[in-house]
Amino acid sequence: MTVDLLAQAAPDAGAVTTGEAITFWIMGPLALLGALSMVFARNAVHSALGLIGAMFSLAVLYIVQQAPFLGFVQIIVYTGAVMMLFLFVLMLVGRDSSDSVVEVLRGQRLTALVLGLGFAVLLVAVIGRSLTAVTPVGLAAGGAGSTGNVTGLGRLIFTEYLFAFELTSALLITAALGAMVLGYAQGRGHAKRGQRATVEARLRGEHDRISPLPGPGVYATGNSVAVPAVLPDGSIAPESISEIIDATPVREVADEPRPDARALTGGRAENEESK
Amino acid sequence: MTPTYYLLLSALLFSIGAVGVLVRRNAIVVFMCIELMLNAVNLSLVTFARINGALDGQVMAFFVMVVAAAEVVVGLAIIMSIFRTRRTASIDDANLLKY
Repeated sequence: MTVDLLAQAAPDAGAVTTGEAITFWIMGPLALLGALSMVFARNAVHSALGLIGAMFSLAVLYIVQQAPFLGFVQIIVYTGAVMMLFLFVLMLVGRDSSDSVVEVLRGQRLTALVLGLGFAVLLVAVIGRSLTAVTPVGLAAGGAGSTGNVTGLGRLIFTEYLFAFELTSALLITAALGAMVLGYAQGRGHAKRGQRATVEARLRGEHDRISPLPGPGVYATGNSVAVPAVLPDGSIAPESISEIIDATPVREVADEPRPDARALTGGRAENEESK
Repeated sequence: MTPTYYLLLSALLFSIGAVGVLVRRNAIVVFMCIELMLNAVNLSLVTFARINGALDGQVMAFFVMVVAAAEVVVGLAIIMSIFRTRRTASIDDANLLKY
């Protein structure tokens, strides 16, 4: 009864004021701009920044629409926590892992754009045509929100929606546990092998050779890592050259004579002879 | 101006998010597009609460936020573990279930 009286006393409490309209026409296009830049930015970090802008604009719109609690929760939880989580994962995964240009399904992007445009036109047309003569009741005119947004929300959550609220706590605990299980998954796959076990495995012949690979034979005559090392009997150790160097085609220097591995000792021998 | 404009904005944001999910190949950006869609729905819930003069819509938006937070935590953990094993964050490369 009192609700009805209050509603009659302030019939246009839910109507849009001029200030709200101005805020909407500033923040709405900003939200659209942020969303579009998120979808079409090449760099994933720019996408995250666009989404932060869109979410912040939405928070302002919530506050304007008599939902100050949700507006601040939006800023704190979404732009504060969730987007920082996104940025952390972006930095861990590598922010240069940008989109592949290859289309796995041919014409998928064009089809998606056309379908999305059609979906937007459909939604906008339906909402625009069906909700033209809406007279908003407004939360300040009475009802549960008249005593204050946070008070009303708390009363609703802890009375009518108590069961859903309890389920939410179970959901959050499950999510935290799941994230921990997924995050620690890499340690369970194989036990770490100690130094002693490694040495025993080497001597047992599980590796190709007991000793580590020989270093490259960089001599005074040629300071390239492509120079092979020389074994004690004068032969060339093929393992001393990296496979990558061996496989790399070197067309420019192919005609030059390869540096002689024994040139240095040979020169010293000549000098001794001349003495 | 009526609150219908908020609903139109929400519809546009939702469509943009849906197009982003279909177009982008980076798993994290796809996730961000899903977040945008959830936010668009939240805006429409808040607007409906204002139109109807009842706080229930705001409570629902609140629950959507909670569920979105849980979903982000688990989803990002899955993306991280996929990245650890396959060294990629592209959704085209996560195709082991296909074979």
